[in-house]
Amino acid sequence: MLDDLYQEVILDHTRRPRNFHQMPDATRQAEGYNPLCGDKLKLFVKLDGETIADISFVGAGCAISTSSASLMTETVKGKSRQEAVQIMERFHDLLTTEKPAAANIGKLTVFSGVREFPARVKCATLAWHTLKSALTDAAEVASTE
Amino acid sequence: MGLVTEPRAMTEPRASASGRENFPVLDQRVHGKPLVYLDNAATTQKPQMVLDAMNQFYQVDNSNIHRGVHELSERSTRHYEEARVKIQRFINAADWREIIFVRGATEGINLVAYTYGRRHVQAGDEIVISAMEHHSNIVPWQILCEEKQAILRIAPINQRGELLLDEFEKLLGPRTKLVSVVHVSNALGTINPVAEIARMAHRHGAPVFIDGAQAVAHMKVDVQALDCDFYALSGHKMFGPTGIGVLYGKAALLNKMPPYQGGGDMISSVTFAKTTYNDLPYKFEAGTPNIAGTIGLGAAVDYINEIGLDRIQAYEHELLAYGTAQLERIPGLRLIGTAREKASVLSFVLEGVHPHDVGTILDREGVAVRTGHHCAQPVLEWFGVPATTRASLAFYNTRQDIDALVAGIYKVKEIFGCGAGSQPARDSQSRQEVSS
Repeated sequence: MLDDLYQEVILDHTRRPRNFHQMPDATRQAEGYNPLCGDKLKLFVKLDGETIADISFVGAGCAISTSSASLMTETVKGKSRQEAVQIMERFHDLLTTEKPAAANIGKLTVFSGVREFPARVKCATLAWHTLKSALTDAAEVASTE
Repeated sequence: MGLVTEPRAMTEPRASASGRENFPVLDQRVHGKPLVYLDNAATTQKPQMVLDAMNQFYQVDNSNIHRGVHELSERSTRHYEEARVKIQRFINAADWREIIFVRGATEGINLVAYTYGRRHVQAGDEIVISAMEHHSNIVPWQILCEEKQAILRIAPINQRGELLLDEFEKLLGPRTKLVSVVHVSNALGTINPVAEIARMAHRHGAPVFIDGAQAVAHMKVDVQALDCDFYALSGHKMFGPTGIGVLYGKAALLNKMPPYQGGGDMISSVTFAKTTYNDLPYKFEAGTPNIAGTIGLGAAVDYINEIGLDRIQAYEHELLAYGTAQLERIPGLRLIGTAREKASVLSFVLEGVHPHDVGTILDREGVAVRTGHHCAQPVLEWFGVPATTRASLAFYNTRQDIDALVAGIYKVKEIFGCGAGSQPARDSQSRQEVSS
């Protein structure tokens, strides 16, 4: 079961997170915080009309939250805002329901093992909560609580 | 099997209650592995004797206290008040009226902040705490300071996690209205020199509150020898039930304090024109209290006394030394909190692995630890870490438990292929951007 959680893709993205840098010319920014474990991340989004032209993040977190943020940036880059929200919903289903993994979430299926670790679901969703607040331009820090 | 298997000469049935086998919860498997419970600073397990005492109350004696003339009420009242005397002796208070039952140490701190604090702290006054406090010994004083425009002063610590006594003393002055420090730090294990702290504070005329939540299960506490003005403890951290704790206060101070909550039991007489408050300790015990919890706490005191705190302290000291030595041998592991006077706690970070991942993997090995900031965010920030993994000991833990922890940590390293510490410099920089 631990192998289901810490799959090689997840460990790889933990060790070498992608799109892991600041973005001075970002059009949107949001911060995410998980008070349970102290994970923090800052998300940068460059919107071109409705399209997420570029996205990056910085922060410190556990393997699940770091790799989730990394894979999220890879997944939503180039997608429309609406597509990103749809993927977010499917990702949430993947983590919280018994439904078979939905199509079109690609590599994100590596997080299906998180479902068996309820205490860790919030780690995987932190980046997505933060993306949501970046896209809706919410002023507050996104929190998993 | 450590302390608890030592043959005992006593033959009375209760004597065997000091054995690890008397903690029913410890006898189970978790994820197919024998449970190794190392989260005692969060809460300790309860011996059968404590469970039986509470069961006995509900099955045989249940009644409200201090009012009925009937047999059950007299029994309940007697057992409730016996528990108070047990606690009085346990911490060597001068008088049973100085023992006030509350929900836990947190409520004890809040009680003093709301009553003593509101009456005596004015704008510009100062309250001194330490840099290693639990949130429960920070936030009540922040609320008070905000309300009164008073100032919260923080006494600094060194790299070991020890209070800098000289710096602490410099913070004391004519405006100091109260000093509140933790006896044993839940995040670091540091044992503070609270008797010395009390002497210093008293030289400046300030009373001293000691948060003893993490101390009383591990060492003998004598509030008169410490000469502290207030002392708080939580039952569930000393093998008793949750929802019950104690505030000790010197009678002279308690008598001058206004009540905390109004209600039944805390009054002598009530008319719509004038209410007269009850005497100590009932002035601070409004409403029907946690009677079963109080009786359970009394049983926990009996239990600790049977084993003996001297033995507990000596055994845990040896176990902590063993655990420290074992953990220090693990490459990439850094202990957070290495005070020379230390109890019960092994808090650490592992290079390249977040504590949350450590906790999940240890859990699958049957090893229960706490990960996170342990409700002490400021002190972890001081150490430059957002979180740690914390193993905390009780006398029922053994060297085998430590060995299971160490084996679990090596499992973590195996899964994460450590060094995962070989991250590029760019990443390390980015990681600090929002955590700093």
